[in-house]
Amino acid sequence: MSSSTPLLAVDELSVAFHRRGAGETRAVDGVSFTLEEGRVTGLVGESGCGKSVTSLALMGLLPDRGVEVGGSAVMRLPEGEVDLLRLSRRRLRDLRGSQLAMIFQDPLSSLNPVVPIGRQVTEILKRHRGMRGSAARKEAADLLYRVGIPDPTRRLNEYPHQLSGGMRQRALIAMAVACKPRLMIADEPTTALDVTIQAQILELLKDLVTEEGTALLMITHDLGVVAGLCDDINVLYAGRAVETAPRRPLFADPTHPYTVGLLGSVPRLDAPRGEPLTPVRGSVNDNIAWTDGCAFAPRCDHYTMECLQGPPPLVRTGDGTHIHRCVNPIDHADVVDQTVLESPAVVGEDEEERE
Amino acid sequence: MPTTPSSQSDEKIPFHQRKAAKVDRLAELMGDRGDDGHGAGIWREAFARMRRSPMAITGAVIVAVFIVVALFSPLIAPYSPTSQAWGNEVFPNRNEFVGPRGENWLGLDHLGRDMFSRMVIGARQTLMVGVVATLVGFLFGALLGGTAGACSVLGGRWGRQVDNVVMRVIDMMLALPTLLLAVTVAALVGPSLTTVMLAVGIAQIPIFARLLRGAMISQGNREYVLAAQAMGVRKRKIALTHILPNSMGPVIVQSTLTLATAIIDAAALSYLGLGNPDANFPEWGTMLSEAQRFLSSAPSLAVYPALGIIITALGFTLLGESLREALDPKLRK
Repeated sequence: MSSSTPLLAVDELSVAFHRRGAGETRAVDGVSFTLEEGRVTGLVGESGCGKSVTSLALMGLLPDRGVEVGGSAVMRLPEGEVDLLRLSRRRLRDLRGSQLAMIFQDPLSSLNPVVPIGRQVTEILKRHRGMRGSAARKEAADLLYRVGIPDPTRRLNEYPHQLSGGMRQRALIAMAVACKPRLMIADEPTTALDVTIQAQILELLKDLVTEEGTALLMITHDLGVVAGLCDDINVLYAGRAVETAPRRPLFADPTHPYTVGLLGSVPRLDAPRGEPLTPVRGSVNDNIAWTDGCAFAPRCDHYTMECLQGPPPLVRTGDGTHIHRCVNPIDHADVVDQTVLESPAVVGEDEEERE
Repeated sequence: MPTTPSSQSDEKIPFHQRKAAKVDRLAELMGDRGDDGHGAGIWREAFARMRRSPMAITGAVIVAVFIVVALFSPLIAPYSPTSQAWGNEVFPNRNEFVGPRGENWLGLDHLGRDMFSRMVIGARQTLMVGVVATLVGFLFGALLGGTAGACSVLGGRWGRQVDNVVMRVIDMMLALPTLLLAVTVAALVGPSLTTVMLAVGIAQIPIFARLLRGAMISQGNREYVLAAQAMGVRKRKIALTHILPNSMGPVIVQSTLTLATAIIDAAALSYLGLGNPDANFPEWGTMLSEAQRFLSSAPSLAVYPALGIIITALGFTLLGESLREALDPKLRK
């Protein structure tokens, strides 16, 4: 990791929703992480742990009423550092699309069904790069070509429903990279796609990160995606990061019981027939407030009374590779072996191990 | 799915060139579909579906015949609708009505006027009322509903206030029964064809307004709106270029259905004596109300205009319903 200031430093980000009569819901409760150029950072966790809300908060796309956002997200821009959470609407709107881009989960519903692809791609070129007419169309075709859409000039005239799922996601990626953003957020970009297309899309994203030096924040619940793509991983639980580590240490020696549980619940093709999956028991609703103790304690196999003595702090492990939030960490468990890293969902072997 | 060995070997070639080669090959493999160069779009697809639906075809034929007759009515009508050339052949002079015969295809009315000519000229009046009333309802309804919908989508304190005020006005209009509203307008302005058109049109405004607003709000929650915002597009622009076009479908369908309602409402108003009193412009509703007096002796005088109204309304309804079905993504096969 570089020692200079990171591209984006998210510090103690919290998002609380207020609803009339229902009190407040803390969707994100103090999440901190950093993003570096040319690296992929993963936010992993089960449904409802605050992954998507984190990304929407960074993009400033949360509704304006009934939402309280705290913490800071300082981004390094050519003209200086700005806090994304405190920018004016106008500044933020100018940044969105040009410096920040987002790729959504469902490529079909993220495209306007009645507008041809071409107009949707040129819209962003007009907005941020001031291109017009045939120049914009030519650039749009180039963009589609770059993300691997064959015969782009014809595709420009087509409507989203005439494209396949993979091609739609490619078109959305083309729009996201149209202005060479420094930071891209991908919110489960492969969930709606089948496995072969998933691999292609992940490879495309990986190439874009390496080529352009974009920082990619990958939001996913799919550990295969994480293992194949992410350089650094943050595991979220109930709105807080419970473990942060680079890819290899995380998969090799997970220390937080939740991470161990997640890795243990990945289905294996090489498991003996009839062997049941080992899910993390309970559901995300079975948690306690972080202020009372570890939110994961009710579902944890290793909890002690110490877990209920207030929120566990984030600590760095002895060898310095992990940061976790646990008072009873698992000591280099042999629960999980290397097979997840070698699973078929892993895209591209990691030939270069960055230090 | 399998790991790609290429990533190590051709590290020096920029990936988009590498991609380019792959893409070209892919295009080759897929072959050029070539048949339709341009995007079909949901409307074209809907029309293709409608061409296969007997309901749509029936509706379209009825509507087409009606429109042709209405447009060319002075050429089609064999006689003037007001000429009482056969006046001495009917009621006061001879105590019977003249039914269909060679000269007068649909017979004569109680004043000895040619029924067929009156029906044909009446078609033009009816079409005019239907179209103008629908246009009035569509334009003002879309304007109000669009404003409310856009304001609601834009949000903010102002947006919600404007939406609220507009919708309460619409609610008030909606609380009045269509016909009562129309009668009130007609009573205020006095009986004439314009009155009927305005009255029927105004009665349709709240329906269009609510429809468009509802469609816009539901479209406003769709993910593509969020995606457009994530690309830095202004919300105002999103409302106009993305949300509005997506919300027009139901409104357009409603206007075909409204044509049928407008024709019936206009006939009802004319029947109630609020229509055009000028005999030079017979209207089916007026004809119906005149025929009422002779219902026992000459029921055919009432049957023709009634059939005219029923068949035209049916035509527009069939067309509108099948358009709605063709556009409904849930019914697409």
